[in-house]
This record gives sequence, structure tokens and C-alpha cells, in this order.
Amino acid sequence: MDKPFAITLDPGSSLANRTGSWRTMRPVYVDRLPPCNNACPAGENIQQWLYHAEGGDYQAAWRQLVQDNPLPAIMGRVCYHPCETACNRAQLDEAVGINSVERFLGDEALKRHWKFDSPKQESGKRVLVVGAGPSGLSAAYHLRRVGHAVAIYEAGPLAGGMMRFGIPTYRLPRDVLDAEVRRILDMGVELQLDRKVANVLDDMRAGGFDAAFLAVGAHIAKRAYIPAGEAARMLDAVSVLRSMEGEDKPMLGRRVVVYGGGNTALDVARTAKRMGAEPIIVYRRTREKMPAHDFEVEEALAEGVLIKWLSTIRNVEDGGTMTVEKMKLDEKGFPQPTGEVETLEADSLVLALGQDVDLSLLDGVPGLKIKDGTVQVAPNMMTGHAGIFAGGDMVPSERTVTVAVGHGKKAARNIDAWLRGREGAAPEKHAAATYERLNTWYYSDAPKTVRPLLDLARRTSTFEEVQKGLTEFNAQFEARRCLSCGNCFECDNCYGVCPDNAVIKLGPGLRFQFNYDYCKGCGMCAAECPCGAIDMVPETT
Amino acid sequence: MDPRQPVKFYQTGTFTVGNRLLDTDERSVQANMERTNSLNSGHRACQGCGEALGARYALDAAMRATDNQLVAVNATGCLEVFSTPYPETSWQIPWLHSLFGNAAAVASGVAAALKVRGREHVRVIAQGGDGGTTDIGFGCLSGMFERNDDVLYICYDNEAYMNTGVQRSSATPLAARTATTPAVGPHPGAESGRGKNVPVIAMAHNIPYVATASVANLRDLEEKVARAILIRGARYVHIHVPCPLGWGSAPADTIRVARAAVESGLFPLYEAEHGEVTGRTPIRRRVPVDDYLKLQRRFAHLFSPKRDDARLGQIQAIADRNIVNYGLLDTEDARG
Amino acid sequence: MLRQIEGSRAVAEAIALARPEVICAYPITPQTHIVEGLSELVKAGELRGCEFINVESEFAALSVAIGASAAGARSYTATSSQGLLFMAEAVYNAAGLGLPIVMTIGNRAIGAPINIWNDHSDSMSMRDSGWIQLHAETNQEALDLHIQAFRLAETLSMPVMVCMDGFILTHAVERVDMPTQVEVDSYLIPFEPRQVLDPAEPVSMGAMVGPEAFMEVRYLAHHKQMQALELIPQLAEEFELRFGRKSGGLLRSYRCEDAETIVVALGSVNGTVQEVVDAMRAQGVRIGSVAITAFRPFPLDAVRAAIGHAKRVVVLEKSLAVGLGGILSDGVRKSLSGIQLKGYTVIAGLGGRNITRASLHKLFEAAGRDELEAVTFLDLNTSVVERELVRERLQRRSGPTAESVLRQLGTVASGIG
Repeated sequence: MDKPFAITLDPGSSLANRTGSWRTMRPVYVDRLPPCNNACPAGENIQQWLYHAEGGDYQAAWRQLVQDNPLPAIMGRVCYHPCETACNRAQLDEAVGINSVERFLGDEALKRHWKFDSPKQESGKRVLVVGAGPSGLSAAYHLRRVGHAVAIYEAGPLAGGMMRFGIPTYRLPRDVLDAEVRRILDMGVELQLDRKVANVLDDMRAGGFDAAFLAVGAHIAKRAYIPAGEAARMLDAVSVLRSMEGEDKPMLGRRVVVYGGGNTALDVARTAKRMGAEPIIVYRRTREKMPAHDFEVEEALAEGVLIKWLSTIRNVEDGGTMTVEKMKLDEKGFPQPTGEVETLEADSLVLALGQDVDLSLLDGVPGLKIKDGTVQVAPNMMTGHAGIFAGGDMVPSERTVTVAVGHGKKAARNIDAWLRGREGAAPEKHAAATYERLNTWYYSDAPKTVRPLLDLARRTSTFEEVQKGLTEFNAQFEARRCLSCGNCFECDNCYGVCPDNAVIKLGPGLRFQFNYDYCKGCGMCAAECPCGAIDMVPETT
Repeated sequence: MDPRQPVKFYQTGTFTVGNRLLDTDERSVQANMERTNSLNSGHRACQGCGEALGARYALDAAMRATDNQLVAVNATGCLEVFSTPYPETSWQIPWLHSLFGNAAAVASGVAAALKVRGREHVRVIAQGGDGGTTDIGFGCLSGMFERNDDVLYICYDNEAYMNTGVQRSSATPLAARTATTPAVGPHPGAESGRGKNVPVIAMAHNIPYVATASVANLRDLEEKVARAILIRGARYVHIHVPCPLGWGSAPADTIRVARAAVESGLFPLYEAEHGEVTGRTPIRRRVPVDDYLKLQRRFAHLFSPKRDDARLGQIQAIADRNIVNYGLLDTEDARG
Repeated sequence: MLRQIEGSRAVAEAIALARPEVICAYPITPQTHIVEGLSELVKAGELRGCEFINVESEFAALSVAIGASAAGARSYTATSSQGLLFMAEAVYNAAGLGLPIVMTIGNRAIGAPINIWNDHSDSMSMRDSGWIQLHAETNQEALDLHIQAFRLAETLSMPVMVCMDGFILTHAVERVDMPTQVEVDSYLIPFEPRQVLDPAEPVSMGAMVGPEAFMEVRYLAHHKQMQALELIPQLAEEFELRFGRKSGGLLRSYRCEDAETIVVALGSVNGTVQEVVDAMRAQGVRIGSVAITAFRPFPLDAVRAAIGHAKRVVVLEKSLAVGLGGILSDGVRKSLSGIQLKGYTVIAGLGGRNITRASLHKLFEAAGRDELEAVTFLDLNTSVVERELVRERLQRRSGPTAESVLRQLGTVASGIG
């Protein structure tokens, strides 16, 4: 075409005008720490595995998950999901059912026999893990992954720790537990059962271990001083639950009083219910003050467990009559006796007042510091004795399976560094992805999928799992409710809303790049990024 | 036993431009790496210009729908000036600028020429701002409608003559400050009614298709333009585009402001065929008009030094009336 | 083929032979018969491959033509007077964009006061727009010029206005020789646009040009009209070869070889002038006339060559530059730069006032005696004028001039004032 001068122009000629020179602010892509990741005691990269689950790539999701936590099927049943408490979506409608999805992925892995990769190289180092509970298993897994030889010495007849001997089967079916433990052992981890460690230094020397991780848990029931008759039948919750695993079930009788307000008390009460008893929980404060998780209280109440709040047990007589005193809360929230008493008939009293650690294996180990019945550890999980690390319920911590798993991972990382003569480097933490940074308009309204519950009749008569998992359809739906806080999920918004076409789309999985030649710094990309993954920073040049 | 939720498009989680979980052809045109970028980088629009965005949205959608057989005729105005200052043009498509008031007529001529030369598969868009459409171009627009010429006219409505320095047009809404309706005196800002309602006037011409759209709802805009461009006869699409400079809003807020206009009911999104409303896009999360007005300094005089409840009430009444008239809070469709 | 038809009809048929592709029409006296004729031809299926669009204003009419031409179609419209002014913006736009549109101007006076009769004020108002302006002397020339116009416009990529006197030519029934389609096809090749809107090769037409390039663009437009000075005679020559008659060209001299007095005029009045020239030649007066066909570009060299040898030149024009005098005269005067001769401007026929042979005879004789003023208004009713001037001097609120004059002439039966 013979175009007339100046009046007619060729396409693309505007690209000579680099409007980027107009900018005073520039957009930058950032990765922020989502609250779920931040809250997870096991340090899971939840946002990332949800990302894979959304797309139906469950194996990729599972593999991302197990980078941090080797026990998802278990976690999906017993974890108290602080991730969901922290989830930003809760401020929009309801938290994402992260726990449900984790369980789905865990179950999927078991169904499809996905395995952990064995390490490519052996490091030549040997590490002793004492205790095959969640903390020990987690540490063993992480250590094995980087090529260390690991041996677990477990005092009990079966692996699992509190997962087996503290959590009832209606919350955690044993086949699931066994399978996830098996999977770790299949990496080449040695497990010795019925092998109690009397003195850890001796065993380390004997076994040629270069380092040790102690995770013996807290299995000794705390006692309270309750005057009782000789024939009064008083048990502790730990041994009651432990004996559920054996051949002989505990003899609780018909009326069982459980003293305490924690999850263990509820577990015992609900276990008793299933054995045909009539459990009553006696707790000195109110429901709001109960340390037990509220949904477990709900489930227990639904199953017919009775709870006497604001009550303490003064004494127990032969034949099982208890004197119970009514309490009231003072202004500071502490229970104060009122002087009013009543009696309660029971066949047994189960104390669920907390647990202590068996520290005998640490006799003679120099350098350790014990405080309040737990072993003190440095931020790298090492005790006062070099080369001996500890975690789980035996160190000061919130006593949950997830925290224990997190300790195991952290300790493993630090043991690995120590063995290589290096400082353990914790990965850098990004700034938080807060709710205010989100543009929630872009997320569709999608209420949370509730996991179906086993109907009540079946719940109270069998030990069948109470809470069912989600179907694939629902799990995927739930995963897709994730807002991907602070992390680009390639929604194309920035690419679409730039009036200057100054965002380059690099392709699926490759995210985007700003074309600073043309970006005028208007900030629309940052304003419309649904997950807050773009910051506007002052232009420096 | 499982609580099955019916699968709807958006249930994959977002109303965003794109969605990696969908097939590419189910995503918006803008999400596509192959999009035309009809209006490319290097143009001289202000930071955060809603019109630049709206134009690319509309033309890319039309290009895809017509398999790249498109010609655009542009009226004088911001869009034309910032896109073609010699020696640079940002347009990637065949484009003609004639005068301020004749885009509709020129487009009619282009359509006639294409028809007579046996190239009717090439479709024609006429486009202009509210000034060039509702005022100076109104005669030609009406003529094009009346003849049912085969042109899709797109009006980018930023509610004033922006290119010449923010003067009032017949699309300027009640109480808005412009350079010729300044915020001084006993009745600050624009006085008369709600502006000339060109979509309704277009409907009165009984043309095959009329629609309103907003840069805040890309998918809705793309669907409407894609539908409109393939219909034969006179069609009109009216797109609401915020102007950060003229409206006194933050450049980053352009979509947010547009969204508030839609979600308050002040800018209803609907479609009409041959004079009858045939569809509307319901409001997702309704907001009071204050949420919209407060983002723009051109309405600042309604809030300070003190709240002008009378006028705010009038504006809210306009929004309320739209919601009723167009049924924008249809509960059946209210949840996305 | 010889036909006895109305001028407008002749033009319509000529346009049809040129195979236009888009015609837009808006009615205004006195061009309306042209577009009516064309609409008939299209509707009856005689003119095929043509879109006929009834637009809602003249501004729309030329705008439609602009769009159609930019999209590669041969486009045509027609207007007069007020209509031409209403499309003024588009007139400049079409020339600025270089679109080869052909437009007929049925020359008519511009109001106020509103007047439907012939003079050249309309096309004169657009003389600097960049359009080529050709004036037809006869109905035959009118139809011929349109055929040449398409060729001229498309070769140069410049729009062309063909001017024909309203009523005098448009509504007069005369004998014309209508060419055949074959003949026209051999003269007019299909339109090959210089620039076109095409998805296969996108361009942006109509950019904003600032101080750094605007002068160059305007120079190029001027240069193009200079090229037309060569092309117009060439096309006329070729036309003569094919169609066997002289038509068009830059100008035509009549009995000027030894003339002492030469009359210069545009358009149909040349017919009357030639008759008077014949009469006066018979009396032995050395007088001749020049009919200028191309008013834009103004053929300075050709005019100089045609009249430079005379003793005096009378420019007889149907146009008035209010506050200055003649418009055609300016061009003529410029062409005589450096040549000393007496020049007289005669403003005549404004608003359709008859120009009679008797008046012209008297006028030319007076010219011959050099008894003319520099600017003369032919056949002015001086008493009416004087009475009006007195009235206005005496009364502040003297009322509208036009009505007052009409009243004086007895045209308005009103008793006031």
C-alpha cells in the first residue's frame, strides 16, 4: 500500500514510544506467606499442594505435601487444623476445608500405593531415633530422605506412639496408621519394637550412631490427690486407652466417671460409650474453658456423653460413690469451691489430668536441662548435649500430633546440618499474605463442603470411623475454594487489566513478567490481583 | 449421600480474567496469549485509563469472533488522540479516523463498500466517546440506526469531554463536577437529569441489538461484543469506562470504581433486542451509591464540607429505580 | 447516443456509466434530481453493484462517502449551497485524507437570505479545501466532466467537485450525447485505491499530525493540485480521442487571438457571453472570451497565456468576496502578474439574477470605452439600494434588510414601515 505521508501509519509504530518512562511506582510480583502455611506446625506448603489438587493432579499434590509431612492420611483425621483457623477465606465465608483435602490426598495415596522415593545416595551416617510416635517417625522419614541410615527403637509392641495408644480407632482406623508407618519403613528405615532405651549414650555407642533424636512422648499419667477407698476403682486415661489396643479391653463397668476436660477425657468417655458404658465427664470449669476442641465436645454430646461442668471430685469411697463439689468461676476465670456438694455413683473413675514424660533414658547424659518435666532444647531442637536432639511431647510444646511431626522435620534438618558440620538454615520466611491484600470479589461464592458424619446410632455402638472423608469431587471443590493468598495462581488478571498491555504472559506454569518498557505504574494490576501477589514499590531509577 | 453441588462455570473458583483449570476456549479472550492486542502498548493514555482498557477488551473480542475480519472507525476524542499521534499508532487492526461527529456515518459507508465489493464477512465497528456519540454525533448515530446499517457502534462512556479537558457532555451524571459544571455556587456540579440515556434511545429505534457493559465485568463485556459483532444490522453497545483524571479517582481504582457503579445499580448491565430488554446481569454484592461516589473527587462536594443528603438521596433513588426496572437483584441468579 | 433530457438526468446517467459503488443522497434544491435519477437506476436494477444510501444530512452524506472510499469503493454524492456548508468539516476531511470522492455541486446561492437560485457562492466557499473544482459550461460538458472526474480523482487520490449551475443547467432540457458503457469502461479503469482499510494489511488512517509534519502534509496536497494542472489537459485530450468531442481541460478560449477585450467567466454564463461576443465581433469589436473550466487548481499559466496579450480583461463572476470584491478576479489578476492591462470585476447574477445579452452588450461596450469601475454590480437597482441605506441611517431598529428590500420591490404585501 502506498500510504500518504503522515496521515496513514503502519501498525506497531507505537512501540517506539516507551511509556515506561512515565512511572513513579512500579509493580513487582511477590510471593507472600499464606496464613495456612504459616500456621501449620508441620510447616506444610499447604497453598502449593492445594494448587495441585485443584487441577486434579493428586499425586503432585501429595508429593508436595509429603515434602514436609509424611503422614497425611493420619493428619487428615487427627490434626486440629490451625491452618483452617488461620485461613483467610474464613473472613469471606468459611475456611477452606484443608484438613478434609489432606485426608483425601492421604487416602488416595494409600489407595494407589504411592511410595516415598528411596534416597539416591547414602550419607554414611547413622542416626538413632528413640520412639516411633509421630515425632520420631517424622524425623526418621526426613533423615532417611537425605540419605542417612536411621534406626527407630520403640519401647512398645507396636509403632505409632500416641497415634496408636492415645487416639481411639473411631478417630484413626488402625489400617491407615499401619499403612503410613509401613510406607516410611519401606524407605529403608530400621524399626526395633519392644526395645526400650535405658541409657541413650550407651545405645548410641553400641549402635555406632552419630546422632540421636529423642521422641519418647509423655506417657505417664499425671495424678491428682483424691482421697479414695482401697477398693475404689481408679484408673488413668493413658492406660485405659493403651489397653484398648490389646486383647483385653479395660473393665470400666457401666457407669464411668472421667475426670478432666481435655481431648483425652473425651476420647476415654466416647470409648467407654462404645463399650456400652454410660460415661460422665466431670470438669472443674465451663465448656468455653475446656481445653478439648469444641467439635469433639459436640460429637461427644451427640453420642450421649454427659458432662458435669464446674465440678471437682473431693473423694471416692469403696463401692464407687463419689463426692463432687460444685465450683464457680471468679473474675479471673479460676474455679473456686462453693461448698455445695453432691454424690455421684460410678463403677470406675478415670483420671484424665495430663501426662508426664519418662525421662529415665536421659540419666547420666551431661549437659541436659530439664525444666517442668520436659527437656529444654535450643531453637535447632538440640538438647544441651551435642548430637542429641529431642522433640514432640517430651520438649516444651503444644502437645499435638502435628506439632510433633513438625518437630521431627525441624530436628531432622538440623541433625543433617550438624552431621555435615554446618549451621541448619531455616528457609527464609516471606512477609505475610494478609486478608486486606486480597481482592475477594473475584472468588465465587462457594460454601464449605462439610464432611459427612457417621449416623449416631452407628457411632455409639461401633468403633467405625465417625467422620468420613470427602469424595474426589467434593475434595476438589474444596481445594478450589483456596484463595491462594499471596501466591500467583495464574488467574490472568494482571495480564487482562493492564490498559497498556504491559504484562507478558510467559505460559502455563511460568507466570508473568512486567514489561517495564511500557508499564506506566498505574497500579491496576496490584489492585485487581485477587491473591495480593503484586506490590507497588517506588521507582528507583 | 454426598452433598453434591451443581457444577457451574465459576465454580472452579474465580471470576478472574483467566482460569488455568479451564480449557483455553472457555476462558476469556483476554486470557489468551494469542489475543490481538488491537490497542497495543505505547499509546499515550493516562495511567489507569478505563477507555484504553475497554477498547482493547471490545476489539479483541470482536477480532476473535470475526476471525480477525474487522475494520474500526473512530470518532475524534481521547481514544483517537492518544492512539495515533504521528508517527506512532497503537492500532493493530485496520482503523480510520474521520471527524468528531460522523463515526456512525463513516462506518455506514465502510459497511456499504464492503458489501458492494462482496466482502461482507469483514465486519465494521464504529467507536467513540460519549461526546462524539450522545452529542455531536447523535444525528449520524440516529441515522445509522434508522437505516439499520450493518455497523456495531460502541460508545465508551466516561461521562464528559475528557480529551479537551473534562467538560460536561449530555452523558455527565447528576452532581458531577466538570470544567463547565464546576463545584461552586449553590448547586455545585452538573445540574440536569441523569444524562441522555442513549441505550434506551437506541432501543427506541428498534435495532437488532443493544447492550450496556462495563470494564468491571470483562466476561460479560466480551460475550456481548462477540454476540453483537456477528449480528447483521445496526447494533449498539454502551461501555462504562472510568477516567481517573476526569473523575478524580486513583489510577489503580479504575476497575474498582466501575464495579461500584455496577454493583450500586447506577450503571445497569442489560441487553435488548428490537426494543425489548432480553437479559440483565444481576448484581452480585450490592453496595450503596456512596461507595461509588466516594472514590471520585468529582463528587467530593457531596460529602464535604457537609453531606448533601438531598442530592445523595436523588442519586440513590436513580440506582434504586434501575434495580427495580431491570430486575438487577434477581435472587435466582444473585449468587455467582 | 443523442438524448433530449434534463441536465440532472444526464448527469445521473453519466454517473451510472462510471460504475459507482456507493452513492449517498440527501435532498437539496437544485441537485436533487440527480440523486433521484440515480435512485431510480439503482432500484430498477439498471445500475448494479451499487449501494444507494439515503442519509439524514449532508454531513452524513459526505461522511458515508468518506467511509466507503476508504474501504475501497468508488463513491459519489451531490449537494448545493447550505448542504455544502453543512458538510464543510467533511469536505476538508476528505481532501485531507486524500480520498477520491466525486461530488456534484448544483451551484446555488448561500443564505441568509435563503435563496434557491444559482450563483457560485457555494463552491467558492470550499475553494481552499483541497478539492479539485471543475465548472461545466453546458449539460454535455456537465456529464462529460463527471466521467473525467472519477479518473482524475482516482489517479491523484484527491476528491473532485464538478460544479454545474443550478436550474440553468440542472433543470434545463438539452440535447446531449450520452456515451455507451463500453466507451466509458475503456476510459475509466476500476478503482485501485492508494490506501485502503483491509484486514490483510492493517493501517491506521487519519492520524494526528503536529507541527513537526503538518506543513509537509499541506505542501504535498498543494503539490498534488499542481500535478492536476498537467493531468487535467491530458485526460481531456484522451477524452476527445475516445468520445470525439472537446470537453473539460483547463480552459477554453473563444475568439481571443486578436482580442483587445477579453471576458473571463465560469460556468453556463459563458454561453451567453459567447453570443454577445459574436454579435459584437459582427460589429467589428475585437472582443473574445475565456471559459475557465478548472477553477482549482487555478491554471495561472494557462490563463496568462490566454489573456495576457489583451488590453483589458473583464472578469464576469457569480461570486462575491464580501469586503473585498471579486473572487475569480483574484485568480485572474494573479495570473497577470507583471503584465499591465486594465482589469474590471463585474459581479453578476447573484442569487439567480438573470444575465441578459442586452446587459452584457452594454457592459462590454462600456468596458471597451474603459468606462467601468474597478468593481461593478451588474444591473444593480441603485434606487432600492439608496433608499435602504437612508432608512438604515435614520432608524436604529431598521429591521431585516432582505425583507425591507423585498417590500420596496413590492414583493411582500405588507403595510408596515
